Amino acid sequence: MLKRVHFPASILPYLLVAPQVIVTLIFFIWPASQAVYQSFLIEDAFGLSTEFVWFENFTYLWDDSHYRSSFGRTIFFSACVAFLSMAFALILAGFADRVIRGSTVYRTLLIWPYAVAPVLAGALFLFMFNPTIGIFPFILEKIGYGWNHYLNGGQAMFLVIIAAAWKQVAYNFLFYLAAMQSIPRSITEAAAIDGAGPIRRFATIIFPLISPTTFFLLVINATYAFFETFGIIHAVTQGGPANSTTTLVYKVYNDGFVGLDLGGSAAQSVILMILVIGMTVIQFRFIEKRVQY
Amino acid sequence: MAGIKLDTLTKSYGDTQVLHHIDAEIEDGEFVVIVGPSGCGKSTLLRMVAGLESVTSGNVHIGDKRVNDLEPADRDIAMVFQNYALYPHMSVRDNMAYGLKIRKLSKAEIDRRVNEAAEILEIGQYLDRKPRQLSGGQRQRVAMGRAIVRDPQVFLFDEPLSNLDAKLRVQMRLEIRKLQKRLGVTSIFVTHDQVEAMTLGDRLMVLNGGYVEQFGTPIELYERPASIFVAGFIGSPSMNFLSGAANAGQVTLSNGTTIATGSTASGEVLLGVRPEHLKPEENGPFKMTIEMLEHLGGVTLLHGVLDGTDTQIVASLNGITDHQVGDQVSFAAKQSHLHLFDAKSEKRIEE
Repeated sequence: MLKRVHFPASILPYLLVAPQVIVTLIFFIWPASQAVYQSFLIEDAFGLSTEFVWFENFTYLWDDSHYRSSFGRTIFFSACVAFLSMAFALILAGFADRVIRGSTVYRTLLIWPYAVAPVLAGALFLFMFNPTIGIFPFILEKIGYGWNHYLNGGQAMFLVIIAAAWKQVAYNFLFYLAAMQSIPRSITEAAAIDGAGPIRRFATIIFPLISPTTFFLLVINATYAFFETFGIIHAVTQGGPANSTTTLVYKVYNDGFVGLDLGGSAAQSVILMILVIGMTVIQFRFIEKRVQY
Repeated sequence: MAGIKLDTLTKSYGDTQVLHHIDAEIEDGEFVVIVGPSGCGKSTLLRMVAGLESVTSGNVHIGDKRVNDLEPADRDIAMVFQNYALYPHMSVRDNMAYGLKIRKLSKAEIDRRVNEAAEILEIGQYLDRKPRQLSGGQRQRVAMGRAIVRDPQVFLFDEPLSNLDAKLRVQMRLEIRKLQKRLGVTSIFVTHDQVEAMTLGDRLMVLNGGYVEQFGTPIELYERPASIFVAGFIGSPSMNFLSGAANAGQVTLSNGTTIATGSTASGEVLLGVRPEHLKPEENGPFKMTIEMLEHLGGVTLLHGVLDGTDTQIVASLNGITDHQVGDQVSFAAKQSHLHLFDAKSEKRIEE
């Protein structure tokens, strides 16, 4: 028989969790509820009068072609960033897994970009791709390709995708390498004896076996590209030219703090909040269970 | 089908040499067991034949081909790993078909071979399961199945039975033996279990510290062990070793007893005699005081100390005996059951 242990009611456990609860309330719940409240308001640009309008801000967004195109752009941006950063990380990890000598140095170097702040990463690429002084436009000019991301929206998008993906490669690399190294060596050896070359082994054995990691990273990278690339975009393009790199997060900032449409901006951030909650649910529901193979 | 030839094979990791000049010729269809304690290099040797470890010097031949520089895939071998190394994301059928698909066999041929192997190994009803849904013994069979569908020239077994429980191990041991005889494929089997080695192998290679101590049939190893190591490793319980001085056809033990050996050797020797060869006899030369008894049912083991020395000695008697702890018992052994080893070189002294 198990003995049930009863503790006398005490204030101590509440005291112990209080700091966490207070931090959550002040920094998460309160601002979030403020955003929700504000999304129901329309305020004039000078902050002199506010009007409670229920869902008018949301219906306005629904009809706003700028907002819808920004939505599509964000999805495109996120898909590209997630795909590029994961593909590169996978290739690098695949090679790092085979390296025997100097692997620690190799790995350490590959992890460094993760420590670079988003704005700095943006600034790095800004300098490298600056149409006047940058090294890449200089090289591209030599082969007859004109680069100016201040004017060309496609090039601007390409640039922020590269910058955002570059920063995330290190993180993905770390997870992929760990996943590959957890595959028993004998399984790849068995495949080698069965006649599979390195590429075939990777495609038919290693890649399927690390699919849980791929799924996990997909969610993480999508979340990253959606919500954490503000710094890079702000440093590189400020959403331009002509809104061609304005993602949802950037639009929240731009409409709210530059355009001073506080209600509309709040409505957008509420939509983003719902997206984050949705992604988190997916992450918890499916990643905890892991992908079945 | 092909034999295997190892020609002054060595392996070093940096400055550490783990295998020293291994020479062996394995006949076509022969079952060779490499046996030795952990760390003796037996798995390394097997992996060199498989192509999973590089060769430092010397040559490996499979059939007429020198395979030193061939990829494992090109050596026409199949290997069964200790942890089975099944592909966890594939069904049993796909696990077995994997190598065949790579070799681009026709679908019908693949099905035929897989079904045939499944029938031999009695795993037909599990073909659509994933490895994790199988028990240890069933996984072992699938691993074997994956090896035999390939119809390779050589089977390599890397301690495949050590993850099974004792009863299953005995059963699989017999099955592997039968299967190998039936298929007639040259096989190398690595194990640290001397019973497994004795029962499976046509010939045994005893490795110790990277050297081949002896390479011969199980009976040769049992009857004429080439060194103290082999003598102590083969047989259970281990052979007794008694130090003494040899002179003019007899050995004088350290307690003064003399035993006729018929050997012309002289000098410091170790006299070896197996526990099962010691027979109780009035006034026998080996006098011991029993310190402990082990009743195993079929046999009784008497552990004790040789009188006048502190040498431990074990005797194995048939059936259940009525000896008591503290009894003094005398044993004798046939001259043909005595083994003489040089005390320095630890090698056998031939009569």
